[in-house]
Amino acid sequence: MRPRLQLLEDGLIQRIVDEAVSLLGTLGVEVQNEAVLSLLADHGARIDLGSQRAFFQEGLIQTCLERAPSAFKLYDVPGNETNDFCGNKVHYTPGSAALNVLDYETKRIRKPVTADYITYAKIMSQLEHIASQSTAFIPSDVHENISDSYRLFLSLLYCEKPVVTGAFTIESFAIMKDLQMAVRGSEEALKEKPLTVFSCCPTSPLKWSGVTSQNVVDCAQYAIPVEFISMPLAGFIAPVTLTGSLIQHTAETLSGIVISQTANPGTPVLYGGSPAIFDVRFETTPMGAVETMMIDCAYNEIGKHLGLPTQAYISLSDAKQLDAQAGLESSMGATLAALSGINNISGSGMLDFESCISLEKLVLDNEICGMTFRLLEGIEPREDFPALPHFQELLKEGYLIIAEHTRKYLREEHLFPGPSIDRANRPRWEQEGSTTLEERAHREIEKYLEGYQPSRIDGDAARELVGLMEGEARRHGMDQLPEREA
Amino acid sequence: MEVLAKISEALQRGDEKTVSTLTKQALDSQVPPREILDNGLVAGMDVVGRQFAEHAIFLPEVLMAARAMYAGLDLVKPLMEGEDIPSAGKIVLGTVQGDLHDIGKNLVGIMLRGAGMEVVDLGKDVPAERFVETAASEDADLIGMSALLTTTAPVMQEVIDLLRERNLQGKIRTIIGGAPVTDRFAEKIGADAYAFDAARAVEVVKQMVSGDQ
Repeated sequence: MRPRLQLLEDGLIQRIVDEAVSLLGTLGVEVQNEAVLSLLADHGARIDLGSQRAFFQEGLIQTCLERAPSAFKLYDVPGNETNDFCGNKVHYTPGSAALNVLDYETKRIRKPVTADYITYAKIMSQLEHIASQSTAFIPSDVHENISDSYRLFLSLLYCEKPVVTGAFTIESFAIMKDLQMAVRGSEEALKEKPLTVFSCCPTSPLKWSGVTSQNVVDCAQYAIPVEFISMPLAGFIAPVTLTGSLIQHTAETLSGIVISQTANPGTPVLYGGSPAIFDVRFETTPMGAVETMMIDCAYNEIGKHLGLPTQAYISLSDAKQLDAQAGLESSMGATLAALSGINNISGSGMLDFESCISLEKLVLDNEICGMTFRLLEGIEPREDFPALPHFQELLKEGYLIIAEHTRKYLREEHLFPGPSIDRANRPRWEQEGSTTLEERAHREIEKYLEGYQPSRIDGDAARELVGLMEGEARRHGMDQLPEREA
Repeated sequence: MEVLAKISEALQRGDEKTVSTLTKQALDSQVPPREILDNGLVAGMDVVGRQFAEHAIFLPEVLMAARAMYAGLDLVKPLMEGEDIPSAGKIVLGTVQGDLHDIGKNLVGIMLRGAGMEVVDLGKDVPAERFVETAASEDADLIGMSALLTTTAPVMQEVIDLLRERNLQGKIRTIIGGAPVTDRFAEKIGADAYAFDAARAVEVVKQMVSGDQ
């Protein structure tokens, strides 16, 4: 039996959805994009051009929900399936778009550069339990207008895993689409085997900016999967109650689904988000708060109820260092998300309200993710009945360490995480250098860098990527891209 | 030689039967016993040891491989009289008096037996006198003592004192382990060795018996 977490009763889910639908019909949603408003009008939405609001009736919302696929897959650079967003299948991905990296040597934050990103991509390509990469942070050594596409470019060049990403402007969507096309070869091939998921964020409360609404439409045009990242902040720009924030999250996410499915019916979407409570003591938005995680897990139930695959920014921490808080918040989030069956669980590697990545934490989080996968396998009998022969053997031999039953099921029943997680006894730990978790994770990074195998990306595709990116850089006044190692 | 590689592979799989069959085959084809030992059995165990150190395999596989090795060793050993065959040695093992915790000691026993050592297990709550008398009468190479309680660890000192009194120190060497015990404690009471876990105990005992330590 797969263990499950459930927070909402069916009746409450329906009341939340009904309330959100009602809000979209009465208050509507602001869309700061005339072309998108016009598109919505063409599909039956009532538009008030003066206030730039679109009002959706239940029938339109229902139609759009029916058009959105209940499942979809992602494929890596060589074209192999890596993510199957269906049912309660769980996949992990790092958090997105951090501004800082926590420097291992100095223990201080600094602006990341190209070399950091390449290191990240090399590590990501070897982390067993994190299925996709994300454009996790923003290299500071390129022009800010290309910082979104440049991340995707490096990711596609150095790591084969599919990419959770996003565009910061309307203009950069084109190059980010072209980079994907260079890898897949054609629009059709990209549609058949999606390579990325674009995060598209409404602005709470009940608003779509010109950029993000256009991004939704542009992605839809190429059938590029989108994850909607609604971010109600409970008690600040959303009702203080978790239920109230869920109503807002539902309304904002449904509005995204309407935009996407009117633009191109059948475009794959993830019912996602990054809500949080607002901590009025510090004026912060804690991603590690248990209530934040509860909102995440609850809207996942709503998404599933609506028949959609889901996503959440949940397995991350607000700690500033790789300390106990970092471990406990990340593992609590990952565990709850896995038990909830959130299909795309975002956050690995992230600290400090998702503003900072720690590569060492990424290595630890990979081990945490592995443990949650074991948890999801649950407890199943494996030749345990009848028990008599095992206990006869135990009493006769005095132990079962080399019993056939042990050897057959040891690796299925027990997971052996490490080396970040330490299970040696103290004398052994001392003899092996009395290392901290961070030191062990860092050593692992050194091993990953030594063991890195270059991406199997086709040579022509790689050259095309470089050509496209250099052209984009020139367009923004950069004569050349930062130097890259092989 | 192909058969030796096959012996090594079967040993790594812990396939006792195949190791035995292949060893017989090799002997029938006039492969010198020394070669079978060095390039088949020991070569296989070397791989197993490396894999264990790298956490690629775990205790059960090591123990199965060790069992397979002795299936082969039992066949070649009688043919190698007079030759320098590594002796696995003999150890008297027990949890010291006043202490009833024996899970760790039992694991050490399993591992040492797996490594081919003769183990005389005195069980738990073993008085100092009994350790020394048994070791002397059994002509053992080593005494292995375990304790879980800080209150019982001093019994280890009594054993070492007794060995000294009877002029057996050096002839019968001592190795200690258990939660309250450290390498510093071992040094303080004059124990010859300390191991922090069962796998380490096997390594240390092997070195002690072969004279490397």
